[in-house]
Amino acid sequence: MKRIGVFICHCGINIKGTVDVEKITEEIADYPGVAYIENYIFMCSEPGQKLIRDVIIEHKLDGVVVAACSPTLHETTFQDALEEMNINRHQLEVANIREQCSWVHTDIEESTRKANLIIKTAIEKLKLNESLTPIFAPLTKRTLVIGGGIAGIQAALDIADGGYEVLLVERNPSIGGHMIQLSETFPTLDCSQCIMTPKMVAINKHKNIKLYANSEIESIEGFFGNFKVRIKRKPLYVDPDKCTLCDDCTAVCPVVVPSEYDEGLTWRKAIYIPFPQSIPATFTIDTENCLGFNPIACTKCQDACEPDAINYDMKPETFEEEIGAVIVATGFDLNPVENMAEYGYGKYPDVLNGLQFERILSATGPTGGEMFRPSDGKVPKEVVFIQCSGSRDPERHLPYCSRICCMYTLKHAKLYKHKVHDGQPYIFYIDIRSGGKRYEEFVQQAVSEDGIVYIRGKVSRVYREGEKMIVHGMDTLTGKKIEIEADMVVLAMGIIPSADTDKLVNILRLNTDENGFLVEAHPKLRPVESIQSGFYLAGTAQGPKDIPDAVSQASGAAAKVLALMSNDEISHSPIVAIVNEDLCSGCGICVDTCPYGARELDIIEKIATVNDVLCEGCGACISVCPASAAQQKNLTDEQIFNMIRIYTNA
Amino acid sequence: MKLPYYPGCTLKANAANFEEAAMRVMKDLGYELQEMKDWVCCGTVFSMTNDDLMLQLASIRNLLRAEEQNLNELVVLCSMCYNTLQRAKKFITEDEESLDKVNDLMYKENIRYKGSVDVTHLLTVLKDRITFDRIKEKVEKPLSLLKIGGYYGCLLLRPKEFAIDDFEDPTIIEDLLSSLGAESIVFPYRLECCGAYQTITKKDVTIKRTYEIINSARKSGCEAIVTSCPLCAFNLDQRQKETAEEFIEFEQMPVFYFTELMSVALGGGWDKSWSKLHYADPEPILKEKGLI
Repeated sequence: MKRIGVFICHCGINIKGTVDVEKITEEIADYPGVAYIENYIFMCSEPGQKLIRDVIIEHKLDGVVVAACSPTLHETTFQDALEEMNINRHQLEVANIREQCSWVHTDIEESTRKANLIIKTAIEKLKLNESLTPIFAPLTKRTLVIGGGIAGIQAALDIADGGYEVLLVERNPSIGGHMIQLSETFPTLDCSQCIMTPKMVAINKHKNIKLYANSEIESIEGFFGNFKVRIKRKPLYVDPDKCTLCDDCTAVCPVVVPSEYDEGLTWRKAIYIPFPQSIPATFTIDTENCLGFNPIACTKCQDACEPDAINYDMKPETFEEEIGAVIVATGFDLNPVENMAEYGYGKYPDVLNGLQFERILSATGPTGGEMFRPSDGKVPKEVVFIQCSGSRDPERHLPYCSRICCMYTLKHAKLYKHKVHDGQPYIFYIDIRSGGKRYEEFVQQAVSEDGIVYIRGKVSRVYREGEKMIVHGMDTLTGKKIEIEADMVVLAMGIIPSADTDKLVNILRLNTDENGFLVEAHPKLRPVESIQSGFYLAGTAQGPKDIPDAVSQASGAAAKVLALMSNDEISHSPIVAIVNEDLCSGCGICVDTCPYGARELDIIEKIATVNDVLCEGCGACISVCPASAAQQKNLTDEQIFNMIRIYTNA
Repeated sequence: MKLPYYPGCTLKANAANFEEAAMRVMKDLGYELQEMKDWVCCGTVFSMTNDDLMLQLASIRNLLRAEEQNLNELVVLCSMCYNTLQRAKKFITEDEESLDKVNDLMYKENIRYKGSVDVTHLLTVLKDRITFDRIKEKVEKPLSLLKIGGYYGCLLLRPKEFAIDDFEDPTIIEDLLSSLGAESIVFPYRLECCGAYQTITKKDVTIKRTYEIINSARKSGCEAIVTSCPLCAFNLDQRQKETAEEFIEFEQMPVFYFTELMSVALGGGWDKSWSKLHYADPEPILKEKGLI
């Protein structure tokens, strides 16, 4: 029989406060298999670990049970300690007597009894644990980055600079994301274009980066370290090698469509370049609006194109690429103003969303950076900004805070004031959230120098009367109703995951939260990884954040990928499913159940098999197997029954 | 077809025109509003003041009466009655303990209330069961050229659980008016408070509301407004007298119940006695448009 050492941690008073550790130490000392038992104030500290290492030698232990906090916290710590003493790391069991016992109970006697049983079940499990070694698999040292906004660009550049290949997939004809639409950025007011375009050019020029613009992910298969991805590239209908960017085609195109880049404030043609600094720099035809797909109807652009770059017969192309890891940086959309009945459902031209106002402020925007309002081109003298438009309103709109609106609204008001010196900006707010570095200083400076009127309260209604937009609001500090006759209203609409994030998430088999944002593996300690091995997260796809945070997270995800790529192989936990071939009837229920695609049917042998590298050891196939042919390593039916027996017999 | 109907007090007094017109109109549409027996006060504002069960009793007793008479629904005209009865229904159907307590308080009743009665506003019946398309077909005298704004106030739309339409951007009254052939106008103050019961203790509040609401309607081009609430009608119509005294430039505007205009359009005509219940005389505009 194994010689087992039991080490009970006090966790300060976290455990000892509700569990009588001395009593348990006495009770379990004589339990079959226990060769040594001890308790200590902090088992995870160096003296605690040393105690374990010393006792292993002194008492010739074969296995160790540590009764302490959740194994997600310190299992590896103690496994490492065992390995140092040449004992296989799978001869360690953690009995969780903190989260599952002391923290959730108050009665000392009862929790002591429960802790005693939890420890005994861990001992029973350990008795039948096998010594296992990690599974190794080859690693494809290429990374797929999905999304060509600032987060995707940053991650791609960091990984490429580290010497590994990157595939950057962007669904739009140009990379640049929302950041390329912005005017100046808070809190430094540096020009967004000036800091963004060099990065876009770098993507295009980098020898380690392959850019798939106008492309989408069709499918992904394989496993961590060895994925196969199918990328569908939509045709541009313009040959980028022949196109000279002369612009003759747009002059003759008869179709006008609202411009995505200018957020619908201007028009573009059906053949267009998204914006002059587009990467890749080429024109493209928007097939939904072009008439040319019926050649009888219109071939004007083709006729006008001197280098003969336009070809209506281009077909979508599909590429299959091998990759080892994926960074998802699919970004955000603004919550549509069309959801806001009280602010006019987007039917008033002078009620803009934040991105539209960015375009008006921008030197590359529809007004060339001059402050004119959309309805009649007049200079707006009174502008009302409404923060938390449709945010922090769990009953009707988005429940969460979008984090960036306080700062971008302030920046809007400030830039407006710089352009219209005699203008008056009003900001309705709930709170001012200025938690970033130098953000509060930015707020204070704007309030004292720029004459912005801050009104604490919400706006109940906006409507048009003549040339004015009437804003009804409440000043909750004075308790007075406020009515402002404004020339323009800017709504700080919150951030939602970009359109079709849900579809991509289905293809990649990732998790999203209740608001549709991607879920990180741990909210504090693993914020740039998905729980799904090999998938990393960057930017607003994971949750609302500003540019500095998106870039930080992107670099963080890139660092994780670089660490991964520096290995020649990937290692995988050996806690996987196994199949008893004698019992398996090949019914295939496990194949349908497995969420990781790790189970397959061997048609010749008529049995189910396990792909060790894909298996995450979730146990789903084991619980559905009608013949009990599927077992999990170190969590066999026998072990589970022993544990239940000990727990319930008492 | 018969519809069980709960009138409420004002429909027998100040808003008799609202009820009479409704009776005529529903008959034209092939329905009969059949008044329930033994109804009492809807509870009015008292039932809304706080969560005290005692204050809900009047409202709940009406629902109990309906259950007793094997009615599973009450159709209501008055916005206030609609709101108080809905609230009472929610109050006890959401929470069995409250229902028990209420029944204990009403121990002298013959039955214990089970919570089976639905409350429906007549506008909902018109929209969902009869449909505005059908009403349009029935129109004999289209209200063409009549520029009219629908005024909702609060009781049809708040709290949002009982809203008879989108509580931020309703269209039900406008849609009805359009089906009658009128030019329905959406004016900004149509969802604002009329001043409600402030009209008793702080008349000046109501006068200011009336001034703002009527002016907002006029600015948007309305010649008259339409409501479904006797309290709104009182404040917006009867208080025009004081409003004109307070604001010299104020001009009168007729305030109709939607059933009155329906009666005119569907051929039921206009009853002279209705005019007496209005402050701002509705006849000139109806004559001007050739409707009476």
